[in-house]
Amino acid sequence: MNKRSTTLLVIGGGPGGYVAALRAAQLGVATTLVEGARLGGTCLNVGCIPSKALIHAAGEFDSARRHGAGSALGIRVSSASLDIAQTVRWKDGIVARLSGGVAALLRKAGVEVVEGWAKIVDGKTVEVQDANGPSRIACEHLLLAAGSRSVELPGMPFGGPVISSTEALSPSSLPRRLAVVGAGYIGLELGIAYRKLGVEVAVVEAMERVLPAWDEELTKPVSASLRRLGIEVHLGCTVQGLGACGDALRIRNARGEETELPADRVLVAVGRRPRIEGWGLETLMLEMDGRAVRIDDRCRTSMRNVWAVGDLTGEPMLAHRAMAQGAMVAELIAGKRRRWTPAAIPAVCFTEPEVVVVGQTPEDAAQADCIHAHFPFAANGRALTLDAPEGFVRVVAQREDHRIVGWQAVGHGASELAAAFSQSIEMGACLEDVAGTIHAHPTLGEAVQEAALRALGRALHV
Amino acid sequence: MGIHVIKMPDIGEGIAEVELVAWNVKPGDVVVEDQQLAEVMTDKATVEIPSPVSGRVLALGGEPGSMMAVGRELIRIEVEGEGNEREMAAAAPSGVGTAAEAVAPPEPVMPAPAPALAPRRAQPAAAERQASVPRRAGDKPLASPAVRQYAWDRGVELNYVAGSGPAGRILREDVDACLAGRGSGREAPAGGAGHAELEWEERVPVIGLRRRIAQKMQEAKRRIPHFTYVEEVDVTELEALRERLNARHEAGRGRLSLLPFVMRAVVLALRDFPQINARFDDEEGVVTRYGAVHLGIATQTDGGLMVPVVRHAEARDLWACASEVARLAEAARSGKAGRDELAGSTITITSLGALGGIVSTPVINHPEVAIVGVNRMVERPMIRGGMVAARKMMNLSSSFDHRVVDGMDGARFVQAVRGYLEAPATLFVE
Repeated sequence: MNKRSTTLLVIGGGPGGYVAALRAAQLGVATTLVEGARLGGTCLNVGCIPSKALIHAAGEFDSARRHGAGSALGIRVSSASLDIAQTVRWKDGIVARLSGGVAALLRKAGVEVVEGWAKIVDGKTVEVQDANGPSRIACEHLLLAAGSRSVELPGMPFGGPVISSTEALSPSSLPRRLAVVGAGYIGLELGIAYRKLGVEVAVVEAMERVLPAWDEELTKPVSASLRRLGIEVHLGCTVQGLGACGDALRIRNARGEETELPADRVLVAVGRRPRIEGWGLETLMLEMDGRAVRIDDRCRTSMRNVWAVGDLTGEPMLAHRAMAQGAMVAELIAGKRRRWTPAAIPAVCFTEPEVVVVGQTPEDAAQADCIHAHFPFAANGRALTLDAPEGFVRVVAQREDHRIVGWQAVGHGASELAAAFSQSIEMGACLEDVAGTIHAHPTLGEAVQEAALRALGRALHV
Repeated sequence: MGIHVIKMPDIGEGIAEVELVAWNVKPGDVVVEDQQLAEVMTDKATVEIPSPVSGRVLALGGEPGSMMAVGRELIRIEVEGEGNEREMAAAAPSGVGTAAEAVAPPEPVMPAPAPALAPRRAQPAAAERQASVPRRAGDKPLASPAVRQYAWDRGVELNYVAGSGPAGRILREDVDACLAGRGSGREAPAGGAGHAELEWEERVPVIGLRRRIAQKMQEAKRRIPHFTYVEEVDVTELEALRERLNARHEAGRGRLSLLPFVMRAVVLALRDFPQINARFDDEEGVVTRYGAVHLGIATQTDGGLMVPVVRHAEARDLWACASEVARLAEAARSGKAGRDELAGSTITITSLGALGGIVSTPVINHPEVAIVGVNRMVERPMIRGGMVAARKMMNLSSSFDHRVVDGMDGARFVQAVRGYLEAPATLFVE
């Protein structure tokens, strides 16, 4: 068997793994990265990037169609039609370009990329199965970045009409009716995109509202938009299984009444779980947090020189968290002193309208003595010129010293505000800092400044 | 409008003086009837003084920590109607305070400014900057990512850096000041990199219960030549018995810890050593021996050490001892223990449970002549019949007043206690 050794061995080429490998190599650490599928992981291949491409295409098609029906903007379009195969090709092109970009970056930095599926032998040895048979790689440091996978519903495994987000992102044809199980961010993003592509969409959610992780004020504009788009929403309902002919989804509401939703495809988006099986992770007998690998504030596992980052380590399962963890682990291995101390990790949701949450919400901060204020996009000039007056920006700050501890926004294009939100919280900004910063006019960002002003009791435009 | 004068009431039997521990009101406050005005302390019981009237506080009669004679003016309150100022002045008891004293309103007591707790900077220049905001315990240090990395790269832990920026934000200069302070001739000890020198000090007045404890401890150590005797006890069988009793009776009678067994063994051993169950009045030159065993049980409370007393321990069985100890400990911790529950012990047991350590040197609860300290029970390899066996071992560290208890008697007493504990059946033989 072929044997080699390296300093850092990374299992998984997703955002956490490839960033760690890249940064480690930049710092002169001999690094090997093992990936069985395409570089870029879930995010780049079957997650963030392709879904945003599909959402954008769906949005463009939807506006073209709306203009076809005669729009207030005075635009007239004779008819709009969709070539879904071309849409998917366009999306695949973006994915291929980005994945190729990751490969080029790794090559340039001097990371050895091994294609094949890794299997852990022990904390310092990994066996890789590739086209040329098995080989063994010994390492000083082992970084686990195997990511996560979609959760299946009991009794409704993926296959046939039941699909996960992966299949939903590469449709060969569009269904007539799509049922989406789970009104979290994945289910709603894809449900809205499919609706805009002309599919009849019904969403089933076990909780009593959509995006149940966030507060009602924040999700209300999304609920209103679902209604406007004509998406059926079944709240407080549990899924019983497929109909007898496989062309419907059986659901039961809180009163125990069963109904069948006609659907020729069912997207199950009920969450993701760390990928902890099938690659020898259990042989290390690491301490776990439920299904996730337990890590400390340096991403160290319970075994010396075995590190873990990203979805494998549990919630929040977000690519930017994994990337920051990966970069930190690389610097630690290179001998720098680092600590996991972010003030906040932003979360964005590309529904219509978009939602962004950074730091504490008023609910989180209920115990602490906090003030909060929101500024509606209906009072923001730029939002009106975008024909998108829904939503608002909300700020949460400590009453005592006005330090900002949270930002939330919902609205068209609100996801881009995440940068300003995260930066102000990470810098320890006070309301006065944001209120005293000149924000460009006319932009959506003015709503950020106005929210801070309003929290200080001196809003100008509301 | 009249003035109602409240005097220090007589709260303990035959006590002429009490300590004012804390005020719950300040001049200018509006109080209602039954509102707590002050906390005062006698011996070891704290008593709250309620207001008999509604009105506005005019003046306080003393500072926390001061001793006040019973009958002295405690507080004066402005009330609707006549008040009682005149009659109180007339009725002022002689020998405690003159009528003139009682009428003249005492100087209002303003609360002293709290001692500053903010870390003081080593550098005078730093002190001129905006006062740093002390972080509350558990608060994360606030610093921008660039400053965090700047500090880490220089081996500075942000937890130890005071922030001078808005909302207590740590600035790059704060990290520099921390580093400069470290380099200015007072090098942090080797290996102490990352720990800033702290210069703050805090003056804590020793008042209330703490003062009582300090006085008693000093008295005991000054007057009593202690000798401490440590013996190990094999409690393997006792533990087995305890487990069986708990398995059988826990539901009905409550759980037994080791303490009730020790109490019982002490009671039984004292039958042969009356000179140890005694109080020594060294001024009179009299040792008083007691038939009753009133067992003091040293108890940690939020305020400090208290010694509630299990009265007539000789007449209680294991469960009665256990429940009485639990009741007294609760009463002491919640401040509800009465004076008679905190005084009159004839011998004391002190046990720190799992924190018992291997040896302690207990201080005798003056004027008693002995104290039995219980150390931690631990499984140890012992030689039994030529073989190494795992046995549950526990030390007893006992101190005696050597003036009236000879070393031989003290040792024999501890051996008797040990005998009972090692052969637990004898605990139940009359």
